[in-house]
Amino acid sequence: MMDYLLYHSPALIIAIPLLGAFLTPLIGRINDKLRNIFVIIILGLTCYFVFLLANDVFTNGIRTYVFGGGALTVGSGSSAYAIRILFEIDGMNAFMAIIGCLLPFIAVIYSWSFMKENTGLDKYYTLVLLMTTGMLGMILTGDMFNFFVFLEITSISSAALVAFWTNKKEAVSAGFKYIIISAIGALFVLLAIAIFYGQYDALNMAVLANNIQYTFLDKIALVLLLAALAMKSGIVPMHMWLPDAYGQAPSSVTLALIATTQASLYGALRVCFTIYGKQLSNVLNQIGGIDFTLSSILAILLVALALITILVGVLMALKQSDLKRMIGYAAVAEIGYMILAFGAALATMDTTGALSSAGDMALKGGIFHIINDALDIGLLFLVAGAVYYATKETSLNRLGGLARNMKYTTVFFLIGLLAVSGMPPMNGFASKILIYETTYQINPILSIIAILSSILLLAVFVKVFHSVFLGPSFKEYSNVKEAPKTMLIAMAIIAGIIIVFGLFPDLILNNIIAPAANALVKPEVYINRIVGGVL
Amino acid sequence: MIFNIPYLAVVALILIGLYAVLFRRNLIKIVIGVTLIESGVNLFLITLGYRKDSVAPIYTSNPNVNQAMALPVPQALTLTSIVIGVAVLALMLSFIVHIYRHYNTLDVRKLGGDEE
Repeated sequence: MMDYLLYHSPALIIAIPLLGAFLTPLIGRINDKLRNIFVIIILGLTCYFVFLLANDVFTNGIRTYVFGGGALTVGSGSSAYAIRILFEIDGMNAFMAIIGCLLPFIAVIYSWSFMKENTGLDKYYTLVLLMTTGMLGMILTGDMFNFFVFLEITSISSAALVAFWTNKKEAVSAGFKYIIISAIGALFVLLAIAIFYGQYDALNMAVLANNIQYTFLDKIALVLLLAALAMKSGIVPMHMWLPDAYGQAPSSVTLALIATTQASLYGALRVCFTIYGKQLSNVLNQIGGIDFTLSSILAILLVALALITILVGVLMALKQSDLKRMIGYAAVAEIGYMILAFGAALATMDTTGALSSAGDMALKGGIFHIINDALDIGLLFLVAGAVYYATKETSLNRLGGLARNMKYTTVFFLIGLLAVSGMPPMNGFASKILIYETTYQINPILSIIAILSSILLLAVFVKVFHSVFLGPSFKEYSNVKEAPKTMLIAMAIIAGIIIVFGLFPDLILNNIIAPAANALVKPEVYINRIVGGVL
Repeated sequence: MIFNIPYLAVVALILIGLYAVLFRRNLIKIVIGVTLIESGVNLFLITLGYRKDSVAPIYTSNPNVNQAMALPVPQALTLTSIVIGVAVLALMLSFIVHIYRHYNTLDVRKLGGDEE
C-alpha cells in the first residue's frame, strides 16, 4: 500500500490540490467553516505526499513518473519519440517541493482568521489551491512545455490573488503589473522552448540536456530563459513588480507568492545547471591566456546582478515608510544573496565541470538560503499582516506602541528580524555565514558588501521594530487586541522552524541541502536516468 | 528565402509587441503588445512544424499515405498556448476595467504618481 502511494505520489501531489481547488466552491456552498477545514486537509494531504516523496528521494535517489502509461516513448527503435509527459524528481526538486507545499499550508491556516471578514472566499481558496498546483507542477516536472503551462497557471492565479482586494486601487495596479511581467516572461520561456524543439525535436529536459550543442540559437534560448525567470524571481533591474505585488497582496497570499518566486528561481537553476550543465565548462573565449568558460561568464553576470540586487533592495528598504513595501524590498535583497552564492559557486567551476570545495559550500549556502529566505520574509509578512489586521494600518508613521497589546506578535517580529538580518542563533545566520565564508575566498569585497548589507538590513528592521512596537502608545490603538489564534499558530509554526533550523543547521545541511546541491552539480545523473534508463 | 518569411514575421511581431509594451502609455495598447508577442511565438511554433507540401496530420482523411504530414506536436503546443493566452488576456482586461474605475484614466503615467 505504501509503495503504491509512493509510486503515484508525484501525480497525487498535483492531482489533490487541483481537484480540491474545484471542489472548494461546492463545499463553500454548504458551510464556510467546513470549506476552511477542507482546504487545510487538502493542503495537509499534499504536504504528506511531498514529505513521503522527498524522504524517498533523499534516501534512495532520483525518481521518475511517466503519465499515461509505463513507457516514455511512442514508437520503437529509431522512430521512437520521447513525447510523454514525465515528472523527474531529484534532490533539488524534492527540496523545492517541500517549500512549495509548506508555505501555502501555513498560509491557509493563517487565512482562517485573517480573511474572515472578506467576501468571495470560495474564489480565494480556489485560487490559492490552483496556485499551489501550478507551483508544485513547475517544481516537479521534467518537461519543458509542461513547465510553461504550470508557470502560466501559477501566474494567472497569483495575479488574481495579488489584486484580491479590488477595492484598493494600488492592489489592482500591482496585479496588472504582475500579470504583464508574468505574461511576457512566460512567452519568452515558450519562445525558448520552441527554439529547443526546433533543434532537438524534444521537450524533455533530460533529453535536451543530453543533446544540447550550444549553437547560436541555444545562446538566444539561454538568454531568453534566464531573462524571463530572473524577471519572475525579482532580480534587479527587473524587480519593480515585486515590492508592489508583495506589499499589496493579502499577507497570507504574500507567503505563498514567495514560494512561487522561489519556484521561478528553481527554474533558472535547472536551466543553468542541468539543461546547460554539460556546456558550462566549455571554453568560449580566450583573452590573454585566461579561459572564459560559460560558467565563468554566467558567474560574472550573476555576481554583478546579485550585488546590485542586494544594494538596491537594502537601500530602497531604508527609505520606505510603508511596512509591507519595506519588507518587499528586503525580500529583493535576500534574493540577491542567493544569486550571489550561485554566482560564487559557478565562478569556482573548473574546465572538467567540478566545483571546488568552496564552490560546493557556496552552492549549499545558496540552496539553504532559499528556504531560509522563504521562512524569514514570510514570517515578517505574516507579522505585518497581523499588525494590519489589528490596526488597519501599514504606514510606519502612524503606528507605534503595539508591543503593549500584541505580546506574541512582537516576539515573532523579533525572531523574524534577527533571522532576516543573519543573527545567530536563527536560520538566516546558518546560511549567510556559509555565503560570507565562501565569497570571501573568491573575492573579499563580495563578502564585505554582503555583510554590510546584512547590517543595514538589521538597522532597517530595528528602526521598524522601534517605530511599530515600541515607543509611546497611540490613543487610537489603546484597545487593540492580540491577533487571533490561527494567525498566531501559523506564525508560531514558522518561528519554530526558524529556530530549529538555526540551532541544528548541520542536520538540515547533511540531510536535505546536500542531496539538492549534489543534484545540481551532477547533471549526468539527471540525464542518465532518462537517456539510457527509461528511454 | 521565401521559406524564411514566416520567421521574419515572427521577429517583427515580437519586436513590435515589445515596443508597444515598453513605450506605449495606454494600458490597452500595452495589452495589445502582449498579445502581439504571443501571436509571434505561436506563429513560430506552427512554422517549425511545417514541411513543404505537407498535409494536416490526420491519417483517416489522407488518401495518399506517402505524402508528408505536418508535425502535430507543435500544433498541440500552439493550441495550449492560445487557450492560456485567452485566459491571460481576459484577466488583463478585467484588471484594466478595475483600474479605470479607480483612476478614471488608462494612462500609465497617471497611475503610479499618488503613492504616499
